[in-house]
Amino acid sequence: MEKRWYDVAVVGAGVSGCATARELSRYDASVLVLEALDDVCCGTSKANSAIVHAGFDAAEGTLMARLNVEGNAMFPQLSRDLDFPFEQVGSLVVCLDEGARPDLEALLDRGAANGVPGLRIVERDELRQMEPNVSDEAVCALWAPTGGICDPWGLCCALAENAAANGVEFRFDARVAAIDRDEEGLWRLRLEDGGEVVTRTVVNAAGVHADELHNMVSPRRMTIVARRGEYELLDTTAGAHVHHTVFALPTKMGKGVLVTPTTHGNLLVGPTADDIDDKDDTSTTPRGMRSVVEKSALTVKDVPFRETITSFSGLRAHRPEHEFAIGEVHGAPGFVDCAGIESPGLTASPAIGVMVAGIVRDILGLEPKEGFVATRRGFVDLDKVSPDEWNALVEGDSSYGTIVCRCRRVSEGQIRDACRRVPGARSVDGVKRRVTATMGRCQGGFCSPRVMQIICEEVEGMDMLHVSKSGPGSEYVVGLAKQPVEGGEARG
Amino acid sequence: MASAERHDVVVIGGGSAGLAAAVAAHDAGAGDVLVLEREGQLGGILNQCIHNGFGLHTFKEELTGPEYAARYVAQATERKITHLLRTTVLDVSADRVVTAVNAERGVFRIEAGAVVLAMGCRERPRGALGIAGTRPAGVYTAGCAQRLVNIDGYLPGREVVVLGSGDIGLIMARRLTLEGAHVACVAELMPYSGGLKRNIVQCLDDFGIPLYLSHTVVGVEGRGRVKAVTIARVDEALRPIPGTERRYECDTLLLSVGLLPENELSRQAGVELSPVTRGPVVDESLQTSVPGIFACGNVLHVHDLVDYVSEEAAVAGRSAAAWALGGGRAAASDAMPTEHELVCGEGVRYTVPAHLSPQRMGERLTLRFRVSGVYQDCHLSVYAGERRIVHRRKQVVAPGEMQEVVLRRDQLQGLHGGEKIRVLLEEA
Repeated sequence: MEKRWYDVAVVGAGVSGCATARELSRYDASVLVLEALDDVCCGTSKANSAIVHAGFDAAEGTLMARLNVEGNAMFPQLSRDLDFPFEQVGSLVVCLDEGARPDLEALLDRGAANGVPGLRIVERDELRQMEPNVSDEAVCALWAPTGGICDPWGLCCALAENAAANGVEFRFDARVAAIDRDEEGLWRLRLEDGGEVVTRTVVNAAGVHADELHNMVSPRRMTIVARRGEYELLDTTAGAHVHHTVFALPTKMGKGVLVTPTTHGNLLVGPTADDIDDKDDTSTTPRGMRSVVEKSALTVKDVPFRETITSFSGLRAHRPEHEFAIGEVHGAPGFVDCAGIESPGLTASPAIGVMVAGIVRDILGLEPKEGFVATRRGFVDLDKVSPDEWNALVEGDSSYGTIVCRCRRVSEGQIRDACRRVPGARSVDGVKRRVTATMGRCQGGFCSPRVMQIICEEVEGMDMLHVSKSGPGSEYVVGLAKQPVEGGEARG
Repeated sequence: MASAERHDVVVIGGGSAGLAAAVAAHDAGAGDVLVLEREGQLGGILNQCIHNGFGLHTFKEELTGPEYAARYVAQATERKITHLLRTTVLDVSADRVVTAVNAERGVFRIEAGAVVLAMGCRERPRGALGIAGTRPAGVYTAGCAQRLVNIDGYLPGREVVVLGSGDIGLIMARRLTLEGAHVACVAELMPYSGGLKRNIVQCLDDFGIPLYLSHTVVGVEGRGRVKAVTIARVDEALRPIPGTERRYECDTLLLSVGLLPENELSRQAGVELSPVTRGPVVDESLQTSVPGIFACGNVLHVHDLVDYVSEEAAVAGRSAAAWALGGGRAAASDAMPTEHELVCGEGVRYTVPAHLSPQRMGERLTLRFRVSGVYQDCHLSVYAGERRIVHRRKQVVAPGEMQEVVLRRDQLQGLHGGEKIRVLLEEA
């Protein structure tokens, strides 16, 4: 029987929405996550620096600073519970000019005030030892041992799967077109496809579109600017070029870009920062690509850009106030904003989830439920299993012995597993985000046809004509080969 | 893991190179040759090359790719050469222990008397080119599109722009036209084509598909699927010239922008790689810097014609057999062998092999290389020390066509230890 209403509808299945949903799944409540696109982690959460910030950037006393440090502290345990890639590699903010040392010291002081542990300034020689490829111009650096790197796709999928395992429902391709509050005080969300969802509370975690949702219920306008950041991703052959996340100390000349290893073993360089009008425009630009290359050279020498395997851009949900907007909206009871979640939003996301779920809990008077399962089984990473462990996998399911993606060494078994999860992969990018097939040096040139076939075998109702890169409208093939040309006449 | 099994010669890759190497190794006396192939059938990339034009040199007739492969598969079958399919090699060690995985056996190890690397090459993806714009579906490497059409039976798009005039791109321009798609143009960054002349004629000219030299793609539009591609002319430094942009509404961008030898395993084994070819540095027997590990085909350097792959691979197979049967030593020679480095002079980008020993090389040695630009009316010259031993007139040479020169051992007599062999182009 269809429920008349949900206790909570979370709009947006990015990392904030999924973290909130997972925290809400601890309580006795019916929770639905609505996502406009075809999978979790399709917006801001999918294309960013993949950094777990230590927490010295945000101004003391801000919500950003508090949730950054809290979120950072949650990562080690969360990554064990939910089994997603996270490494506390530490970060360095590199100072290139003795004259700027006071700025670096100010950063250290701010970090200390924010409660960031272990911060200290390392001098030239120690810095060289820690990071042999650091620029020859580097004078000193701020060392933050709690800085880390994570797999944002892995985090988001882990949160979503664990939420689903604890009873949260997910609905994809479900874009909210309008919101009304009815006479009973229930929120009615009309979807673009004509459907309707009725809910007691709404969590607005709609990323760059969160202002549009907010402004449907409140006369106090919110503005979110899409701030685009371009990145270059280098092959795993370049992954050890730096060992920590290397930031540039911001100067009058600008903010610089970071150079960091990733949990997938690649080297990531970026981002640029351009405010753009079109909130879905994740294109890259020649200027942006050049800028990333030039700026990286300020802090790290000889970055082997020849090993670049892809360029991409992501959109940060930037508010002019530069502060997270979290809380029940004035005059809209039960409508809770979780907006303006820009950097350090990924780091803060576990703490954001706790905070937002707490607000909803208090509004609805939710009680913890019995049987909440806090852990989730991650995906197999064949680079991290021993031969004996691999053989045990093959014994259980022989498809773990058939490699499909040669560049990232991903087996058929992992791809099937990605499709069988709830919520599972339904597109090639969905597979990529879960088990990394097609994200290696050949970028799917060899394996994408096979990945498409496996998706067709695993996803109910899917066929080769409909399997897509990232949801409807991004189908890979347009028809069968060896078919007559429409109209029967050759062109020419 | 069970203890390792042992084979005289283990060939990694069951494509054109691997099969020819395995057959030659067997014929040279290696009784126990094993081919490891990651796909579900032997033949490698030839299986999706359903056009004809293969085998003119080897078999004196025009075969399709699958037909050419089938000839070698038959030769391997006749010789009862063993092979494992759907088997991926995970590691090759310097002491020639091969670790592989498949669904039947899980992870297993093989000790090899000699190893032949024949893993082939991969296509350079979009990311390596830094093409700006969106990242929608509909951007394919030519080989990926070829697989979808020829093996899987799907049409990847209806309105197509091709970037790069490598042979696969040219072949696919024709194939997609035959399948009912419209190919708007082929854009080539360089002022010359990267493909064979015959492919330009048969795949583009015969179908009225324009080839724009000194052009590149500067933008891709489309959210879900490609909606348009913009190309522009480039200057001599290969930078796009503002104002020369042309926008094509299309649903597909096909990339044929270079092939890269797949040497991840070679690197793990500690094999020295050439920065130019990105393949192993080899001697006259096609032995890499790691003793007992040999390389041939596209993993060594990217070829244009499969016939030459087969020929080269046979050398590697024979050398591997000799090594394995000799108990881990190269074929014996009476004199202390001298080593001579091959040096690239004017117009020559690389040579395979990169060094040789006249005492070990046999009566003849085929030297293969590519030139760095289009040269008209020139001479291919080889100097042994100060002595010019080859001086062959060529009407035209181009980077898209691999060159070869056969050296005779007697030409190299009298070379002193340390003297170099120089290969270059000279004005007529």
